[in-house]
Amino acid sequence: MPRLSGWQKKAVITLFWILLWQGCSMAIRSRILLVGPLETLQALYARLFQPSFWSAVWFSFGRICLGFLLAFFSGLLTGALSYWKPLIGDFLAPPIQFMKSIPVASFVILALFWTGAENLSVFISFIVVYPMIHINTLAGLLSADEKLLEMAQVFHVPVWKQAVWIYRISLYPYLKSACRTALGMGFKSGIAAEVIGVPGGSIGEGLYMSKIYLNTADLFAWTLTIIAVSAVFEKGMLLLLRLIAGKGAAYSARQPEN
Amino acid sequence: MPDSLRIEICGLEKSYGEEHVLKDLNLTLSSGNFYCLMAPSGTGKTTLLRILMGLETPDRGTIASFGISSPRIAAVFQEDRLLEGYTALQNLKFVTGKRYSQKELTNFILTLLPEDSLEKPVYEFSGGMRRRVAILRSILAPSDMVLMDEPFTGLDHETKLSAIGMIRSQCSGKLLIAATHAGEDAGLLGAQVVHL
Repeated sequence: MPRLSGWQKKAVITLFWILLWQGCSMAIRSRILLVGPLETLQALYARLFQPSFWSAVWFSFGRICLGFLLAFFSGLLTGALSYWKPLIGDFLAPPIQFMKSIPVASFVILALFWTGAENLSVFISFIVVYPMIHINTLAGLLSADEKLLEMAQVFHVPVWKQAVWIYRISLYPYLKSACRTALGMGFKSGIAAEVIGVPGGSIGEGLYMSKIYLNTADLFAWTLTIIAVSAVFEKGMLLLLRLIAGKGAAYSARQPEN
Repeated sequence: MPDSLRIEICGLEKSYGEEHVLKDLNLTLSSGNFYCLMAPSGTGKTTLLRILMGLETPDRGTIASFGISSPRIAAVFQEDRLLEGYTALQNLKFVTGKRYSQKELTNFILTLLPEDSLEKPVYEFSGGMRRRVAILRSILAPSDMVLMDEPFTGLDHETKLSAIGMIRSQCSGKLLIAATHAGEDAGLLGAQVVHL
């Protein structure tokens, strides 16, 4: 058997699963229980020409990204403050543990009381992403090479320079790994919150309507849209992180990730 | 002409558990002079340098500086302690700031390192090349006192002579203390030998 290159192998594996999916939908023969990839693409194609589709994508994407970015910068700030003054970290530990352990559905109900349905996904993606960024920022700063910090101290290198040249590099693998997980979680929980709160003109509403009308093809089309939008945001965010980390990240990228 | 620095070490003692690494050490060191600390391994050379750097506190005794109240320190550590993902030039800029232009720093690098090393990050360097960057960093950083812990580890004789030439020219007028166990280093540096 000829040896396949990386992308060829991926393409063959993807094709296998798509064919299996098509085969299963043909065997089940029910447009409610399972639709195949072709019907999903047809449903998606039909939606692409509807302005309401793009406004729903923009509505949900904008809010989930806003929640993510607010959580990202808040997590960076409180993680850094907790590193600088461990007492701040001790004070923040209970609410962070609370956010980590309370089920998202409970937060969704609470957020419906507080913010209403419209900004629900901002709040929920914030709640899900913030603890991950805070914890990983703190872990990344704590992993900074102590010997390099000693060297900087001896040479009287200013703190801002240490932040740029030493801490930035130690943070990068932690933030990269946190972003990978947090982006997926943020999108999943944000959309789940929209399905519960059903804000008008959102992807969550589209999914809810698919359920009401038992329109599985639409459900799959929306799901495909969510996966695509979240993948684009993830790639963009990771590229941005890579650019901020700069050339020095090439070394930290060689190190095993947390 | 910079102010003259004098360091007086009186009754310095340091122990780690039951092990006394420094016992009632008394020394006077002054700028314009190079000193070589000579002692077998594990007899307090690194500990003394770390105390002078402010990274360890002595159990007993005092270190007083005269002439300059808070002398600026530059160092070669036992390990290279380089910013691994960055080039030699960036490693030097980290400590020198705007003291030298990029061209001047490049010229300094080329006196000890080959030209093809300029673009490479230091994690791709051999042990000897890394040591040379650490030496360059210590002698080009703004300082009143240069502390070197086994600076010539991993250098061949020829490279060592080039490094010593640079140290002698760049550190003249400063107080330099180098810990070494090679007897010839003191002679090559023109340093006074201090036995611990």
